[in-house]
Amino acid sequence: MATYTEKVMEHFKNPKNMGEMKDADGKGEVGNPSCGDLMTVYIKVKDGRIADISFQTFGCVAAVATSSMVTELARGKTLDEAMKLTREDVAESLGGLPPIKLHCSNLAADALHEAIKDYRKKTDEA
Amino acid sequence: MTSMNVYLDNSATTRVDPAVVEAMLPFFTERFGNPSSIHSKGVEAREAVEVAREQVAKLINAKPSEIIFTSGGTESDNLAIAGAARAAHSADSSKNAVVCSNVEHPAVLNTCKDLAASGFSFSEAKVSPNGVLEVAEAQSNISSKTAVASIMLANNEIGSIQPVAEVAKLCHEQGVLMHTDAVQATGKIPIDVRKLDVDLLSLASHKFHGPKGVGALYLREGVKIKPIFGGGGQERGLRSGTENVPGIIGLGAAAQIARENLSVDIAHMERLRDKLIDNLVVLPRAFLNGSHDQRLPNNANFRFLGLEGEALITLLDGDGICASTGSACSSKKLRASHVLTALGLADWEAHGSLRLTLSRFTTQDEVDYAIEKIPAAVSTLRRMSPVWAKLERGEKIEDVKDGHVH
Repeated sequence: MATYTEKVMEHFKNPKNMGEMKDADGKGEVGNPSCGDLMTVYIKVKDGRIADISFQTFGCVAAVATSSMVTELARGKTLDEAMKLTREDVAESLGGLPPIKLHCSNLAADALHEAIKDYRKKTDEA
Repeated sequence: MTSMNVYLDNSATTRVDPAVVEAMLPFFTERFGNPSSIHSKGVEAREAVEVAREQVAKLINAKPSEIIFTSGGTESDNLAIAGAARAAHSADSSKNAVVCSNVEHPAVLNTCKDLAASGFSFSEAKVSPNGVLEVAEAQSNISSKTAVASIMLANNEIGSIQPVAEVAKLCHEQGVLMHTDAVQATGKIPIDVRKLDVDLLSLASHKFHGPKGVGALYLREGVKIKPIFGGGGQERGLRSGTENVPGIIGLGAAAQIARENLSVDIAHMERLRDKLIDNLVVLPRAFLNGSHDQRLPNNANFRFLGLEGEALITLLDGDGICASTGSACSSKKLRASHVLTALGLADWEAHGSLRLTLSRFTTQDEVDYAIEKIPAAVSTLRRMSPVWAKLERGEKIEDVKDGHVH
């Protein structure tokens, strides 16, 4: 088993903002169950900021922890700020990840970006 | 129930029997001689090694002269397959192929692949969805060109027991040497090399309450193999290097205890295994991986759809339960286990697997505790899983092979 930081274990055991959001303004899903990970990030947007955010994740310890962390990092940020959150930001906030697990932090940030793009697409269409 | 330490990973390794440790101790400090030495210290070590050889031979109904001590299962597999393939090829250059099953341990699989890289042809016989090899499938892979075929006696992940005696018969009809990796089977089912009619058999001490770093290769009298490394010519020139005397003594003691307790141990493990199976396959979308009937008495391997194995193992570890998974994320490869996908499972299904393996020392309390904790851990992960949500909505999960998008 990979060795995880305390921060990773904390987010894995008590994930923040976990669950489906039925009335989300934007939804981003990334990953591939065949590879052992699928993440969905849901956002609620108010005045250009992420007012509420939640996630669902199928995956390993790092996948759950990075999902939880990305929701914490993005909450309250403007959409532009949230778009700039990177995989490194997620991994660093968790005190680092084992090298083999770095792709998980990539997925979490990607799911957030996809949710923002989904929201923007919907609002552009409206 | 209060927290417990529960060890259900006995296919990874087992606790050394205290009687085994007791038997080994004098060979570190007082009886430390080199078995090759002529003086009395050497002679006493040699005598002890020969007693251990008899103990190991008895466990599998071999002659002591047919036992070669090695560093463990991996070395035994390498020596057996590479050694037999090279010897057979030197004696008859038309012998240029090796065969194994598609659920072998990497020690076998990679030895075959190495031989393939050095000019042998290599084919894998595919198991059926229950994890058991059909004899006809083995037959279609074996020909008179085959130097050696290697079919494990029992699988390390799903515990499926293979028809080794039947495949050995086929092999011998075509002049093919037959090896079996019995690392997981030793001490779990009766093993008789005469009945199996194999030419080579690997076993590892630490899988049946002996120490790590020691194992044995059974080499049928008259069968020729080439050593895989050179040196002082110990073990009849087939395995150079000063004997690991304390380890060998421990292996011998473990073999004797295993033989004396085998029928009691089997009944004990089987009862606990069935209790695990009966209580855990009733969870929603939970399945037993591999055959129930042709299965080691100490192995239960489940798949719980909608979750990922490493996360499950980590949650259980937090509850004090040591278990293992065939999941990609824990094995440092972003791939589902080759054994589970060989059963025809989609990768996403295989990722949710949990292996629980028992031993002589596993208690009823440990099993009851696991039965209490596992369903809760499964539910925790499913509650956060979008895959589980899709399954609950009746959606299909697509299996995108090689669809690595990241």
